[in-house]
Amino acid sequence: MTSFLRMIVILLALCTAAAPGAHAEADPGALLAGLGAGDYDATEAAIARIVATGDARFAPALAALGSGDLYTRKSDGRVVIGRKAGGRELALIDPLSGDALGEAASRELEKIRVNNRIRRAVRSAIGVLTLMSPNRAVRLAAANSIFASPDPESLEALDAALAAEKDPQVQAAMERARAASILASDRPEAEKVAAIETVAARGGRDALSILTPLANSENEAVKSAAAAGIARVESVLAMWDAAQNVWYGISLGSVLLLAAIGLAITFGVMGVINMAHGEMVMLGAYTTFVVQEIIRTSAPWLFDWSLVIALPLAFLVAGAAGFVIERGIIRWLYGRPLETLLATWGISLILQQAVRSLFGPTNREVGNPSWMSGAFELGGLTITYNRLWIVVFTLAVFALLLFVTRFTTFGLQMRAVTQNRRMAASMGIRTPWIDAFTFALGSGIAGIAGVALSQVGNVSPSLGQGYIIDSFMVVVFGGVGNLWGTLVGALSLGVLNKFLEPYAGAVLGKILVLVLIILFIQKRPRGLFAQRGRAVES
Amino acid sequence: MARFLLGALDRRATPIALVLLVVAVLVPVAHLGLPASHPLHVPTYIVALVGKYLCYALLAVALNLVWGYCGILSLGHGAFFALGGYAMGMYLMRQIGSRGVYGNPTLPDFMVFLNWKSLPWYWHGFDQFWFAALMVLLVPGLLAFVFGWFAFRSRVTGVYLSIITQALTYALLLAFFRNDMGFGGNNGLTDFKDMLGFNIQSSTTRSALFAASAIALALGVLITSAIVRSKFGKVLIAVRDAESRTRFLGYRVEHVKLFAFVVSACMAGVAGALYVPQVGIINPSEFAPANSIEVVIWTAVGGRATLAGPIVGALLVNGMKTWFTGALPEAWLFVLGGLFVAVTLFLPRGIVGTLAHGWNALAERRRAAAAEGGRDPEPKPSDLEPAPAE
Repeated sequence: MTSFLRMIVILLALCTAAAPGAHAEADPGALLAGLGAGDYDATEAAIARIVATGDARFAPALAALGSGDLYTRKSDGRVVIGRKAGGRELALIDPLSGDALGEAASRELEKIRVNNRIRRAVRSAIGVLTLMSPNRAVRLAAANSIFASPDPESLEALDAALAAEKDPQVQAAMERARAASILASDRPEAEKVAAIETVAARGGRDALSILTPLANSENEAVKSAAAAGIARVESVLAMWDAAQNVWYGISLGSVLLLAAIGLAITFGVMGVINMAHGEMVMLGAYTTFVVQEIIRTSAPWLFDWSLVIALPLAFLVAGAAGFVIERGIIRWLYGRPLETLLATWGISLILQQAVRSLFGPTNREVGNPSWMSGAFELGGLTITYNRLWIVVFTLAVFALLLFVTRFTTFGLQMRAVTQNRRMAASMGIRTPWIDAFTFALGSGIAGIAGVALSQVGNVSPSLGQGYIIDSFMVVVFGGVGNLWGTLVGALSLGVLNKFLEPYAGAVLGKILVLVLIILFIQKRPRGLFAQRGRAVES
Repeated sequence: MARFLLGALDRRATPIALVLLVVAVLVPVAHLGLPASHPLHVPTYIVALVGKYLCYALLAVALNLVWGYCGILSLGHGAFFALGGYAMGMYLMRQIGSRGVYGNPTLPDFMVFLNWKSLPWYWHGFDQFWFAALMVLLVPGLLAFVFGWFAFRSRVTGVYLSIITQALTYALLLAFFRNDMGFGGNNGLTDFKDMLGFNIQSSTTRSALFAASAIALALGVLITSAIVRSKFGKVLIAVRDAESRTRFLGYRVEHVKLFAFVVSACMAGVAGALYVPQVGIINPSEFAPANSIEVVIWTAVGGRATLAGPIVGALLVNGMKTWFTGALPEAWLFVLGGLFVAVTLFLPRGIVGTLAHGWNALAERRRAAAAEGGRDPEPKPSDLEPAPAE
């Protein structure tokens, strides 16, 4: 009954608004003042007059009215929005312009009282105002918000808005909002079934929450239509969930790949087991931190370029560290892999403690540049920019590395030394230098990885420790001495991890993956892509 | 068994065992029998500290059996140690009874805290000491058996084996951190009250545990010595030095390795079980891969493939650790890292190994000099200390 009355009021208001020069109350301030002028009926009439203007600027004032935040200032009778500002004071906001009007104690204000009737009127008035807004984005948002919380009382407004709507996308959104509202109303069966179709076609969790209560409907036709709709929405959702998991998996896999790719060179190609590999990653991350600190203090406008600047520096720092380690220690230990393992573990302890002494044991803050923060939606997927960039970056590094090993002189010599050291030496290749530079290359790549990983995790002295076991697993799983194996290994481990997580939990999923790798190594001790031919030792 | 162990008493093992037995008697006597003012009185913290070191030494002896004599570098021996410790910890936990904070007669405090209603099945039986003692041997042994059976059968060797043993202990670390595993999660098991009816904090119990650790260590040395001196031990060393050749000679290399691995895991379990009541806590950090790899450095510093080396190394490195973490905590990781590098580069035989090697070389030269004096050169002694392969 009230809704019928209100419809009349709204329609009347629309008519009067359409009539030229109907009221002298074109002044928005006076219209607002009407809200607080008298009793509930007067307020409702004032709402109707505001609706009649069709001006979306009134929407915030109405929203504040609905939530009980609209006040009349006693001193000048002006209508203002008051928000709690801490303490007893209220921060005043002009409802039309959104400007701050200072603070006032609550006794200087009079609250415009609302009851349920007013609240309903406000809701539908906001719907109408925003649905009729000249701004396309506002209309779209209004339609989507009605879809998310459907209300049969917004049907009239929707119908009116639909009739006037030209933009096909907004029209579609309104259709869906209308369908959702129909389902919440007591419209006849046929309309509801059609509406179910529309809602199910839209999909998403909102659609599911609209349809679920209908599956218990008394009406058989509605019930079966709803059940079919739910099944459809759920299958689409499941598909998107799987896609999201694949994306998370690829994202994790690219992090693993980034951490492992340098190891694929030092361990995979050279056969040197470098337990300090994780610390090379850490050095890269700390280089990023230092670069950012310098930029922050001396050249803040360069901040968005900080990662680009840090990349070559991280490569050089970690590469130089690798070079020194190879020349100083590892070259004395060739052919004694277990000793190499122990010595490099010692190096990792020293590097960790050195960084801890220099930068302190706590996590260091490394900021995201603006182009790496935020996210976007792709269908049902949410993709964050930093993850996306890391995937792109990882693939770029991988491609670069592949290029270096395949098409450069250094790469050729590197492969020659790996495959047959004595022959390579006889051909005039300075094998010790190739060893040193290969190790430096692997370490440098770990440093680059550190720059990227500083964007997704904590930068602390134990950063590298978290990656070392995973990296070894990736290299061993993918097959030693094969870059493609590392790529496939990292991505499949990443995806496997993310698919196990929902069933087993994060920790148990990780344990399962470790166990699976251990079992896999039993079956294929040389990994997925085993090296063949003479190069394989023993 | 007795004959087997007596057979181990040679000129190398006997002195070590004797020294350990003397320590096992003298330290408790000096701790309990002498008044606190006496200059030879051993204070409680020394008993606790050295008792802890003795457990570490037993762990190093266990690792030495597989790494020094069989060439299997296990980076997961901390896992067997911790499992033995957890088995003992569970017994001690059950002994608390209703004296816990919540006063529940059967459920340990953390289970009450987690709102568990009944004891998980794997906690049953741990109120009996004999059962816990059995589990101390059985659980690490079984894990080593299953793991080793898979690994050795498919010929995972060298660095690969090291990495998967590390992954093993890492997986266990993650697992034991979980609350729903039923082992106290992050906090582990602690707040023990008594053991076999004796208060765990009392001097008598501490002394007894100290003596037990020393005796267990002596037994560990004797068992190692007995294994290495036996015919089987020769095969063990052959596997270390030339695995393929040994296999082609017809020995079942996998079985040899598996046996050594399981025995070593059991020893590590015993070490863990003696360690827990002395330090009063067991938590998942014992599974940390860094701990396991530290055991390797004890063995390497002392000298692998020697009987005394692991003990010397464990005592020395841990003594240094205690001193440095007290006096110069910043420097300790530098020292430890430096030890790893220095030992592998400059002292691959370790302290005891280098001394023994020097001694043998000296004896050799004397003999050669004597031989030049007109006599026939004697054959080399067969029990010459075998040098590490790598």
